[in-house]
Amino acid sequence: MKLVIVGHVDHGKSTLVGRLMADTDSLPTGKLDFVKDICDQQGKTFEFAFLLDALEEEQEQGITIDTSQIFFKTKKRPYVIIDAPGHKEFLKNMVTGAANAEAALLLIDAYEGVQEQSRRHGYLLRLLGMKQVAVVVNKMDLVKHDPEVFYKIKSEYTNFLESMGVTAREYIPVSAKLGENIAHRSENMTWYQGPTVLEMLDQFEDKLPEVNLPFRLPLQDVYKFDERRILAGRVESGTAKIGDEVIFAPSNKKGIIKSIEAWSVENKPQTIEASQSVGITLTEQIFVERGNIATLASDPPIVTTTFDANVFWMGKKHLQRGESYLIKLTTQNVECEVLRFNKAIDASTLETLPDQDFIAKNDVAELTLRTRQPIALDLFTSIPETGRFVLVDDYDVCGGGIITGFTPLSEIDRYRDEARYRDSHWIQSAVTPEMRAYRYGHRAAMILITGKSGAGKASLAGKLEEKLFHQNFQSYLLDGRNIKVGLGADMDQEQYFSDGEAVRRFGEVAKLFIDAGHVVISTSNAFNQEDHSNISLLIEPAPIVEVQVTSDKFPKGKPDMILTLDEAAEHESAVQKILDYLKDKKILTGHNYSI
Amino acid sequence: MDHLNELENQSIYILREAYKNFKNLAMLWSIGKDSTVLLWLARKAFFGHCPIPLVHIDTSYKIPKMIEYRDRYAQEWGLNLVVGQNKKALAEGMNHEKGRIVCCEALKTQGLSQVMEQEGYTGLILGIRRDEEGTRAKERYFSPRDKNFEWNFKDQPPELWDQFKTTFAEGTHIRIHPLLHWTELNVWEYIEKEKIPIIDLYFANEEGRRYRSLGCAPCTGSIESKASNVREIIEELKDTTSSERSGRAQDQEDTYAMQKLRARGYM
Ligand SMILES: Nc1nc2c(ncn2[C@@H]2O[C@H](COP(=O)(O)OP(=O)(O)O)[C@@H](O)[C@H]2O)c(=O)[nH]1
Ligand SMILES: [Mg+2]
Repeated sequence: MKLVIVGHVDHGKSTLVGRLMADTDSLPTGKLDFVKDICDQQGKTFEFAFLLDALEEEQEQGITIDTSQIFFKTKKRPYVIIDAPGHKEFLKNMVTGAANAEAALLLIDAYEGVQEQSRRHGYLLRLLGMKQVAVVVNKMDLVKHDPEVFYKIKSEYTNFLESMGVTAREYIPVSAKLGENIAHRSENMTWYQGPTVLEMLDQFEDKLPEVNLPFRLPLQDVYKFDERRILAGRVESGTAKIGDEVIFAPSNKKGIIKSIEAWSVENKPQTIEASQSVGITLTEQIFVERGNIATLASDPPIVTTTFDANVFWMGKKHLQRGESYLIKLTTQNVECEVLRFNKAIDASTLETLPDQDFIAKNDVAELTLRTRQPIALDLFTSIPETGRFVLVDDYDVCGGGIITGFTPLSEIDRYRDEARYRDSHWIQSAVTPEMRAYRYGHRAAMILITGKSGAGKASLAGKLEEKLFHQNFQSYLLDGRNIKVGLGADMDQEQYFSDGEAVRRFGEVAKLFIDAGHVVISTSNAFNQEDHSNISLLIEPAPIVEVQVTSDKFPKGKPDMILTLDEAAEHESAVQKILDYLKDKKILTGHNYSI
Repeated sequence: MDHLNELENQSIYILREAYKNFKNLAMLWSIGKDSTVLLWLARKAFFGHCPIPLVHIDTSYKIPKMIEYRDRYAQEWGLNLVVGQNKKALAEGMNHEKGRIVCCEALKTQGLSQVMEQEGYTGLILGIRRDEEGTRAKERYFSPRDKNFEWNFKDQPPELWDQFKTTFAEGTHIRIHPLLHWTELNVWEYIEKEKIPIIDLYFANEEGRRYRSLGCAPCTGSIESKASNVREIIEELKDTTSSERSGRAQDQEDTYAMQKLRARGYM
């Protein structure tokens, strides 16, 4: 079983690993004495941590630089243990370790309590999809083995984990240095009846290959070393057999499995299943290449260009809009960009970073990505292997993420096709958008005021229209209901709101106002998050600014600006805030009265 | 699925990623058990073929049986074998008496970088494992080296979900380690399962000695052992706690010998 040990720097990760090795007799003969001798030579006190900090530099600084892997055994099974560093700069190493593990021990120093990295690591474990976590409260010897201290940390950290919907399997009070509650039960903590660390480890479950999920075989390569044309790859989930018809996503090509190839095996395989590196041939020669995923007709994957994801970022440069990144999802490599940041989060506090259109190193975000070409994927909760990806900036893997939602390709295509057709047939006015912007003192834009009903959106929107008007800007409050009673009079309620027709009509009307150079204001809450992005497709390239009126700690989606209910009720200052924002974004540029 | 299958599947995946992503790729074949297992895995990955050339660095001090074994299987398995040797250093009389680390660096590290340059290889597949010694435990599957072959172990690329570093700045070399997650015991169990013909220096001779790790004749010690076949080696390993490279003289020369050698390009 692969384990990772995470936690704040100096909370005792390396010590715990050294201790686990020593107490399970997993050290090579002479290693303990060898390290003790070096300590003597260099005039240092022996530390269990030195057993694995093998790099000279690392011992000098006393920190774990990289994920090192150590092997040890209990009576039940062998373990590979990954000691993840706790320094902020080494987060990418921690992520490397944790992404490859089946279970995690999260260490917290009893004396120092919950620290920044304790929370950040906890959050990342969740983001990486880690399901088996035990919290180890270390250095109990420093707090006189006091149960009060232990229970206080336990309740604080339980609250933190619960706020993300995670439950730890166990909280274990230990002293890694003295070997208490690691392999042997401590006599100083008889108040604790739960498992020791080793007992806990033996209770974790091995991760089994995902044979019961839908079949996914991403192609790595196509080989023609001899007369065979072999499609090679690793089955990420599910099973398939000779004779099955496979559909390749996203290309939609089809073929029937003719044979399953293997070298130096007694019997040629008849079936393939999750986790196997395989090769298949098809009855007919079709052109497919690396990046295509072989699937079965019964359970197709999602094919889209636009999807939502939770992403963590490790790059030196910020992750931001307007930049192009390479996304690697299974064997697909596609260019992509951030369509919008739905929520930027400081991973150490879980606080939302408001108004932030980027994330810095070590932070996380909920965002929407758009790829250059359609790619095949699944939601992380359905198939983890095809529901996660990494982002490459320049030459480096700088981020990783899991997929939480998507916009169907058909819809995106439909609006995009409509917009493309309309734009190419549009009769251009002699008055250009630049001329209008110069005259009006602002660019055309759309301001959506969102929030629950009763939040006071309508009156705020009205005031905003009025204020803009009095400042000589071209503002128009476009109410979705007005469009429905007039333009929508040919349809009944149900018909109007099905199949995106309401969105389409609203978007097209807005487009006309935008073309006339107006600042269009709308308050309609008949539209959801997805509708907003569709409206945005229809009025591109004009900007949409979403102002959300809410007092929730976690606002919905991606508002550009948040006003609390109280703030929104103060019309004067709320409107001013919006105006300031529009100025800041160079939407309101000011009049040029010399004309 | 059993553990050896799991290891095999993962290594094959890595080999295929390497082959797809790098044009001028070579695989180091030291004739030892690890690189021979690696070669076997490549033949599995590529369905009986080995489309990647094999590089052997001949220090001229290798045990003669190793060269015999190498040439026999290179022919039998139809391998594209490239032998490298630092002729200049040898002509100038380089040997282990000049200092073991100095010798290793000249004959192995320099010998290797000469072939790499000559053949224009930008990627090298190696059979190192994490359980061998401390610094190797910190390696990545895909590990970049700069122009001078130096390893920056402090700033390594993250490796998650089997997405490896496959894009590089001009002049970067890459080392690929498909066996990183195997242990010495796994290697022997796999040799047994697959019936891989392995050089007999690993088996105990009449004097009751065998090699556990193969290198140059002057610097590689044999161990006392009765294990005369693969099965007996596996049984022996299950009981031992002494480290595999304990017979390798260069490792013991200085506490951080391996780290120093490896930061400068040693395998
Ligand atoms: N008193 C006490 N000190 C500990 C314990 N565990 C670790 N330490 C000390 O805490 C320091 C940091 O430990 P280390 O394992 O290097 O932490 P890491 O940064 O999380 O790997 C070292 O000086 C250890 O000796 C413990 O249980 N009790
Ligand atoms: Mg450490």
